[in-house]
This record gives sequence, C-alpha cells and structure tokens, in this order.
Amino acid sequence: MKKSTLMVLTAAAAMILVSVAEAQAPSKGDAENGRRLFEKDGCYECHGHAGQGGKDGPRIAATPLSAQTFVRYVRRPSGAMPAYTPKVLSDEELTDIHAYLKAFPAPKQAKDIQLLNQLRDK
Amino acid sequence: MTKSNKRAVGRRGFLKGAAGAAALAAKSPAAKAQDPQARRAAPHPSPSQIAAETSPPPARVDVYTTDRPGSDFMVDVIKSLGFEYVAANPGSSFRALHESIINYGGNQAPELLTCCHEESSVAMAHGYAKIEGKPMMVMAHGTVGLQHASMAIYNAYADRVPVYIILGNILDAAFRRSVVEWTHSVQDAAAMVRDYTKWDDVPASLGHFAESAVRAYKIAMTPAMGPVVIVADAVLQEEPVPEAARHRLRVPKLNLATPPAGDSGAVTEAARMLVAAENPVIVAGRCARTANGVKLLVELAETLQAPVQDRPFRFRMNFPTRHPLYGGGSLTDADVILGLEVPDFWNATHAQTPVNRMGMEARPTTTSGARLITISSADLVSRSNYQDFGRYAEVDLAIAADVEATLPALIDASKRLITGNRKKAIQERGARLAEAARRAREQALDQAAWGWDASPITTARLSAELWNQIKNEDWSLVSDVVFLSFWPTRLWDFDKHYQYIGGQGAYGIGYGAPAAVGAALANRKHGRLSVNIQCDGDLNYAPGVLWTAAHHRIPLLSVMHNNRAYHQERMYVQDMAARAERGIDRANIGTALTDPNIDYATLAKAYGVYGAGPIDNPNDLGPAIRRAIEVVKRGEPALIDVVTQPR
Repeated sequence: MKKSTLMVLTAAAAMILVSVAEAQAPSKGDAENGRRLFEKDGCYECHGHAGQGGKDGPRIAATPLSAQTFVRYVRRPSGAMPAYTPKVLSDEELTDIHAYLKAFPAPKQAKDIQLLNQLRDK
Repeated sequence: MTKSNKRAVGRRGFLKGAAGAAALAAKSPAAKAQDPQARRAAPHPSPSQIAAETSPPPARVDVYTTDRPGSDFMVDVIKSLGFEYVAANPGSSFRALHESIINYGGNQAPELLTCCHEESSVAMAHGYAKIEGKPMMVMAHGTVGLQHASMAIYNAYADRVPVYIILGNILDAAFRRSVVEWTHSVQDAAAMVRDYTKWDDVPASLGHFAESAVRAYKIAMTPAMGPVVIVADAVLQEEPVPEAARHRLRVPKLNLATPPAGDSGAVTEAARMLVAAENPVIVAGRCARTANGVKLLVELAETLQAPVQDRPFRFRMNFPTRHPLYGGGSLTDADVILGLEVPDFWNATHAQTPVNRMGMEARPTTTSGARLITISSADLVSRSNYQDFGRYAEVDLAIAADVEATLPALIDASKRLITGNRKKAIQERGARLAEAARRAREQALDQAAWGWDASPITTARLSAELWNQIKNEDWSLVSDVVFLSFWPTRLWDFDKHYQYIGGQGAYGIGYGAPAAVGAALANRKHGRLSVNIQCDGDLNYAPGVLWTAAHHRIPLLSVMHNNRAYHQERMYVQDMAARAERGIDRANIGTALTDPNIDYATLAKAYGVYGAGPIDNPNDLGPAIRRAIEVVKRGEPALIDVVTQPR
C-alpha cells in the first residue's frame, strides 16, 4: 500500500472516530428549551410531536447525529426539508433542539409490543 | 290517463280572483273599516267565489292534475338502468322527478337518499361507485345545486369514476313562476361542469330523454369512466305525457361497451420488453377496477416476478399488501418500468426541485436506457382546460387501453415468451424481492414503535389498534391512507379489491366523509364492516352527511384523524416562511383548527350518530374502537374522536 493511501485511510478512520465520539457525546444544549422550540417553530409538523417521523419527514427522535452535524444539516438540508438560516434559528437554538431530540429514549422493541408483534410475518 | 273535472282555480280562474283581490285592496281605509268582511278573520266567500262554486262549469276547464306526468316516464327510464339509489338535496327544479321517484317508483331502485349538500350527494356517489362498480344517480338544481356539486364532480372526473347526474332546469321562460325560478334557470346548465364531465345533454322531449339517459349511462361506464350529466327540463317533468306520444315512448335497451383492450402487437412488444428485463418494476395507479383486476395484476407480477409499487399515492386496491412482490424494487435501478393507469406518470420517473428551494429544475430518476411502457385509458381522454393530465411523459410504448381488459393478453404473451433460462433468472429475482419485502416489513414494525405511547396518538398506533379490532371481520377501508403516512397499508393485510378505494381524485377536500358514507352504503348489503379514518379538516366541509348516514341507517365506523389543523397547508406555509427567513412560528395562523377545539363526538351526537371521545390516551383507543364496532354491527354509524399526531 502506498504511503499516501495509508495516510488518507488513517485520516478517514480518525474522522470517523471523532464523528462517532461526537454523536455519542451528550448534547450541550438545553433540552427543555429545545422542546419548546421544537413545538413553537414547527419541527413537529413533519417529524411528529414525538420526533417519530412520518410521510413528510424522517424520525429524528434519539438522532444519531452530533450537534455540529445536526446544525450543518438544518442549514443546508439535502431532502425535502426547508433550510433554516441563522436569521430564524440560531446555532444555540438548534443545539437546544438537538439536545431535546438526543434525550428521547429508545422505544420499546416492536417484538415487545403485542399489537406489533402479532403483525410479524409468520 | 283521465282528465280531472274537479272544480278548482285554473289559470284563468286564478287571474279572475287576483283581479277581485286587487279591487278590494284599492278601497279606502274608511271604506275598509265599514266593510264587514274586512273586520272578520275569516271572511265570507266573495260573490265571484260563490258563483264559481255553484255555477255549472265553463265549457273549457283547465287541467291541473294528471296521473301521468313526464317525470313518471323518466322514472321508467331510470329504473331500466338499475340504479339502487339516488342522492339529492331537494330542489324545486326537479320536484316532479322527486315525486315520481318516491310515489310512482315506490322509492325503490332507486331509493332516495336525503342529503344535506350537493357536494355530499356527488361524493357519496363517488365512494359508492368505487365499491359497487356502477354509478349512483344524483339529482340537483341546474344552477345553485350544480354549483355546490361542482368540486365533487371534478374529483370524480379526475378519479375516473362514473357518477350519473340529473339536473333540473326550466328552459322555457314562460313557465318560470317567480324570481326564484328565474334565478334558478340557466340556458346551458351543464356548461359549468363540461370541462370535467364525460358527456351531457339537454333532451327536448321525453323520447329524447330516454335515449340520452341510456346513452349517458353507457358513456359513464366505458373506460375511462367518468361523470355524466342529463338536464331534465322541468316542463318535461311536470306536464302530462301527451296522449298522442304515449304509444311512441319506449325505453331503449342498455348495452354497455366492452372496455378497450390494448392492440395485440403492442401488447406482445410490451411482454418482450418485460420478460427480457433484469429489473422490471410495475407501477400501479387506478389499475384494478374489480376483484378480477387484483387477481390479474397478481398473476402478471408473479409471472414476471416483478415488484408492484403504488406510491406516492395509493389510488386503488391493486395488489395485496402482504404479497412478497408488494412495494419493493427501485425505479432508479429498473431497466423496464410498466405504468398501469398511473396519473402523471412523468412524476413517477422524475425528480423536481422541492417546494422549499428557489427555481425549478427536473431530472429523470430512472437509469439511462431504461424503457418505459404505459397502459392507460387516460390516453383516450383529451380535455384542455383543467390540467389533471399531468406532464407529458416520454415513453417507449404507450398503449391506450383499459388495464383490466389488457392484462389477460399481456400475461399470456409473457408466459409464452419465458424460456427455461429466463425462468431461472426470474425466480431468483423473486426470491431476492421476497427477502427485501420481509426486511421492509420488519423495519416498518420497528418504526411504528416510535412514539407508541405518545399523546397525541401516532397514526401508526391508531392504525395498529384499529387493525387489532377489525382483523377478523370482513372489513373495507373507505378512506385514504396518504395523510396517515400510509400506516394502514404498511401494517394491515389488504387482499380484496373492496378493502381500499383510494382518495379524492382531484385532491379536493370535503370528499372524505361523504365518499365513506357512499362506500359504506355499497358495502351494507354485503355485510362488510366499513371503516373510515376521517380527517378533521375534511369533515368540516359538509358534516351534515353524518345525519344522512344516521337517517338511512348506514353502518360506518369513523375514527377521527384529528390533528386539529389543515396540516398539509400548514407545512406549505412553513416552507414559505423558511424560504422568506421570517415568522417560522406563525404557520399555524390560518391553518389551525383550535381555539376552540372542535368536539367531534358532540357533533356526531347532534346528527344522531354514536359519538365518543376526544381520546388522547393511546391506551383508551382499543376499548373505544371495540365499543363503536358494536354499534356499527347493529347497523348504525359511529364516530370516535381521536386526537392524533400530524401525520
């Protein structure tokens, strides 16, 4: 393997590790203010009041994104989501929303919910 | 028919009486005070009245009764067409036809359904036809009634559904008796809806009515199906059938046209392309009209081991939702795409700049060299003004035909072309698709678990609770699934053609509640449990249809999807606010249905319908549905108000 290729791979691995560490770290935002903003500024409209997602927006409860990646995505989303600029949502406010989303506990497993478990293919 | 010789105020007699009254009114107040008749509450008959009552009849007597109005003959014609029901909000321009239906016709076949809005009448007929496969009749004023009905007619037109509409109108100005009848009269009644009906006519005689009425039925039922309008002139309805005309009047025989099947050469070419494809995908729109349509599509898909997609809109019950070929595959990877009666097929194969971005660009989402085939009766319909035809689709083979009528030939041709080698490859593809479908189903269940205990209640939880209560019944979902994030079709086991009827057609809101009532009426004689997941914004257009359901004992379970908003529009306003970088917390203005919250259980009760709720605790939902189903099984409508998540 060429030295340059090795360096690129090492750098990429380091970035992935940083990104995983970022994603797992507790958010620095104010989750309670994030909950208020999530409702007031209409995030629930597409993602649901429980962040569960639906036809018009994916699940964002317990988001795997880091706060930094989350803010970056909201500024320049790639899908059907509108872009929210700092003029309407500051980085600090988005960090609070991220903290709120991060704080959602994982749901019960579908297999532990009788109504869903019975819907499994036999 | 015999002429009546009873004494009565004929037209000339009425004029004489009016002249006498005018003379009395012209008397001075003093003279009136001295007039003993003016002081009495019940005056004695005037000399002219006494004379009229006691003198021998004049040589000519005005006829004012008949045992054979023209509308009776119209009912003969209507009965020959086999209508079960006629939906109407009563109107004076068709009062004779109304009377003939209930008395001469015995109020049977068709039976009159009392509606509270003409939009409800037509939407009920729309829902009914999608279950029963034939039209319901609707009566309306040619002016104000049709104006009310027009949006529902456009929905039915865009949804390719037959609706049979008879309009009342007084064409002969000499017969208009008041300002009401003048304002309810029009030169060309059907002009208002001609852009979105298949055919209309204004018969000038009863014989003309008979022929046009039968022709209209035939046209409505020939794919591409659609609404038709016949104007029943009020004078033709109300005046007696002339003696001389009676022996000439006859009801023409109805012969429905066979649906147009695709050209045999084109069908063989389509089969060649599909059999040779490595990744064929079938996109089904308004494809299956009947149980046989579902069966044929399953046979085609299994023959080719090709996945069947029906999103982003589910237009019909085309394909069983638990079939391993349902919903899989990828249009992006497909080398051959077969579109079956798909509205705006271009949209299925292209991406556009979303509404939240500036400008508009479009690009194909299909792989380079992918071949596109369409089979659609939409190619047989050409109208200009309303743009429901969608963007022009550049396809490799367009077969202008009815899908159901064409599928048998396509299946046969495909089977003939599948050789041993292709058979093996096709079977391997089927195994891959089945595994992908199994994984997708597991993912759907995992996704449904998110927010399971949330309040407002998620649409996934609502759908799962509902399924748990109906799964052992012969059920029929008579509402759309789009606003529910498709959860019913993702979770439930749809496998019969009557288990789903699609949406509005032209996306005109206000369709849902009346269409559900009409579909439930069609389901009633089959003993099916009709289930309507009812959007709150939709119900508020014309909630009086709940009374119609109660009055006519139409068993229907309505479960409110009460997100307390015109939510689709709220999201659009939010998009615009984000684009404009302002007021992203104000999209509720003009879109929220709160302050006060609407109490749908009380609304239902006011119309004589069982009502329960509002329910916002998900654990209360299952028992509430169970109780409501008990009501529905007794043959009555029931409504449960459920406070839900937006989608």
